[in-house]
Amino acid sequence: MSETRNAIQDIWGPRTPYHGAWPVREDERVTETPDHWVQSACVLCSNGCGLDIGVKDGRIVGVRGRVNDRVNHGRLGPKGLHGWEANHSSDRLTKPLIRRNGQLEEASWDEAMRLIVERSQELIRQHTASAIGFYTSGQLFIEEYYTLGVLGKAGLGTPHMDGNTRLCTATAGAALKISFGTDGQPGSYNDLNTTEAVLLVGHNMASQQTVLWTRILDRLAGPNPPQLVVIDPRRTYTAEKATVHLAPRAGTNLAVLNGLINLLIEADQIDHAFIKAHTVGFAELRKTVEKWTPERVEHLTGVPAEKLLAAARILGTSKTLVSTALQGVYQSMQATAAAVQINNIHLIRGLIGTPGNAILQMNGQPTSQNTRECGADGDLPGFRNWDNPDHIEELARLWNVHPDKIPHWAPPTHAMQIWRYCETGSIKLLWIQATNPAVSMPELARIRRILQQKDLLVVVQDAFLTETAKLADVVLPTAIWGEKTGTFTNTDRTVHISYQAINPPGEARADFDIFLDYARRMDFRDKDGQPLIKWSTPEEAFEAWKACSKGRPCDYSGLSYEKLTGGSGIQWPCNEQHPDGTEHLYTDHQFNTHADYCETYGYDLVTGAEKQPEEYKANDPKGNAIILAADYEPPHEEPDAEYPLWFTTGRIVYHFHTRTKTGRARALQEAAPEGFVQLSAEDAARHGIAAGDLVTVESRRGKVTEPARIGDIEPGLVFMPFHYGYWDHDEHDKRAANELTLTEWDPVSKQPHFKYAAVRIRKA
Amino acid sequence: MHLGNYLGLLDNSEKQITKAFAQVSRHHKDEPDIEQMCQKLSAWSREHQGKLVPYLQRYAEQQSTEPARLKHELFSAPRSGSLGLIRDLHDLWLLTQEVQLSWTVIQQAALALRDEDLKATCAFCSARTKRQTDWLLGRIKQAAPQALVVAD
Repeated sequence: MSETRNAIQDIWGPRTPYHGAWPVREDERVTETPDHWVQSACVLCSNGCGLDIGVKDGRIVGVRGRVNDRVNHGRLGPKGLHGWEANHSSDRLTKPLIRRNGQLEEASWDEAMRLIVERSQELIRQHTASAIGFYTSGQLFIEEYYTLGVLGKAGLGTPHMDGNTRLCTATAGAALKISFGTDGQPGSYNDLNTTEAVLLVGHNMASQQTVLWTRILDRLAGPNPPQLVVIDPRRTYTAEKATVHLAPRAGTNLAVLNGLINLLIEADQIDHAFIKAHTVGFAELRKTVEKWTPERVEHLTGVPAEKLLAAARILGTSKTLVSTALQGVYQSMQATAAAVQINNIHLIRGLIGTPGNAILQMNGQPTSQNTRECGADGDLPGFRNWDNPDHIEELARLWNVHPDKIPHWAPPTHAMQIWRYCETGSIKLLWIQATNPAVSMPELARIRRILQQKDLLVVVQDAFLTETAKLADVVLPTAIWGEKTGTFTNTDRTVHISYQAINPPGEARADFDIFLDYARRMDFRDKDGQPLIKWSTPEEAFEAWKACSKGRPCDYSGLSYEKLTGGSGIQWPCNEQHPDGTEHLYTDHQFNTHADYCETYGYDLVTGAEKQPEEYKANDPKGNAIILAADYEPPHEEPDAEYPLWFTTGRIVYHFHTRTKTGRARALQEAAPEGFVQLSAEDAARHGIAAGDLVTVESRRGKVTEPARIGDIEPGLVFMPFHYGYWDHDEHDKRAANELTLTEWDPVSKQPHFKYAAVRIRKA
Repeated sequence: MHLGNYLGLLDNSEKQITKAFAQVSRHHKDEPDIEQMCQKLSAWSREHQGKLVPYLQRYAEQQSTEPARLKHELFSAPRSGSLGLIRDLHDLWLLTQEVQLSWTVIQQAALALRDEDLKATCAFCSARTKRQTDWLLGRIKQAAPQALVVAD
């Protein structure tokens, strides 16, 4: 065993102070000396660090960071250095399973696939393809998502396709579409190398994207360090480094952001020429925010007025600014409305499209950008607009199918509605891939009930017998990262290739091959009677995706497997005009808002109603960015006499999602073997709770018991990490944070609200 | 002058839509977005009623004597199931049209009377009523195919 650093004890590793070019630091951890290295990138957060997989005798024995990769310059975080151990976990699924007489029993691939295909055909005959729904992931590869997108949209023609990306990144996509016309991060990680200020909203970067945080730590240790404004109700690792830390009450992000915008306008720290030349909607914003004086913000959110002023001074006087947002915004009240205000700060300050200026509406998962791009979720491939007949026509031509084959009568069904259709019985086949809703969805008792519903055939495609797979009717064992080849894209548009390094265990198959098998067995055809899906290898699928993306903002047409091999990841758009990729979008301040190009005609931020095409065309912004304002609204559930405390959820540094992989990597599991209930010293004292005592937390939907952790949180608020479920724990002893959360969602992005609920606590 | 009567009609319609949104919210509470949005939209209509109060007083004395004919029942009771949901949203949509048209009628009168306050109130409430209509239409379009084609 050798490692360049102990990432469990020292999460971010030694400092390499800088301003400008970020120095290299090669992180490596191997358990044996590899025979050879295989190029890949990390899939244990959305950062997308380039790495090589070390292989010996057909097994993975370690990883090393790729020093020439633009994302990480050789660094890897604790999850990246350790998570690969899960590939060789002894409890991998190696054979398909079918439920017979109530028990999951081993079956052949032919039996399993035949069952799915026969049921699909029967449902289509009786109810149309709208009886079939897909709930996919942010963990697959481009080639898999695109294949899934085509077979679902042009093969079956079901509108019910979404993924767990609805829980993690839907608001990022929605906010970018609303402000700039289409999805796509305007800036780049490199903007952190020189920026004067960083605004982190509801984003504990230090725990979530540890390597990206290292970029900031290294800046803080170097000359001209940036000033940090952190908005988070907890004193996280990120908040500890803040120049100004604002800790608002749960559900009040929008009031804080409106307060900040008000101060920028009041102090006239705005770029009038930019606003006039490149935006629409500023007057309405000014009117909406003007009542949010620092005093009013303090009264509602608990953020002291002088702290809000200090934060606004940083945002208003820095010549460059990088802003990031994540689940603290996306999974909370008024998610899209708040995320859009972060875009608005950059628009009114004119800080966009130039070095040092970036908005990172972060993704949670390694490949969720691709779920959004490839049409495997509630979006159409290539950021096309479901409400624009010309865009549907383009896809129909590309796939050689009739335009009406592609469901476009309403927005593609969002995940929460898919689950609701399952609950009410009109979706009768739910096909889940690489995700674990029995732990990750809100209100788990409800999710378990739906998964076990009679007349709903649940297919689960996974590498492990997860809590969800245990409730399935058919389980398909899959190859995972390192066992298959494909490409994926991180938050800052960097595309990486990940090569197959070893063989999958037993009969496990790549998701890609499972989709192709299904399409072949279903005999999906195009208009000329040719097979709908014309590719059989990942590289051919990538070529097909390139053709689909060409001319759209996420243009991959200049990329190839060859080009992605050997060097760094490359940022899209990559095409004839930008053969080496693109660091900044909108350098000419022309945005993607033209009526014939945009991905959406806009939304009402309060009701979520889609704007009509005629309405949009009548006021075509023609390349101007759209400033959309929204006023604060109180959350739907607030503490009361019965449930007097706020509850919120989040993640810890050593685990990812439901610990499917990280819980099977020894050092990560040992570093954080169990969940906890974090509460303030005041609340602990009131309930006679000491550190380590078991605490029962109860909401209107369920109760859980975990040990107490005291401090670093505002009084009145209770926090639990959402990683812990039941695959390694007695399922009768409830401990998953999502037993408590609410079934409700943002009206625009449809992202569920995990960040607030009302609870009560007692010593167990 | 009949403006007072028409304000009464509008007041009655806003009252009915307030109640209908609240009923649909409670009845379809298993649809979380319906529950919450209908609650919010009910509150909007209640607020519109509040805004009507000064004008109902201002123009009450000039009311003509035929108010009964201007009242009609627009929404009876909510229905169940996915088809029932569509029909309820359908009725709510029609109700918003009734309200919208009444605001238009009153806005015309406000213009003729040069009543600047009433004009502003009409503009505000009419824009909000349109947002109610838009939300209902979007939700109906989303739900219709599943309810009509797939659901049992």
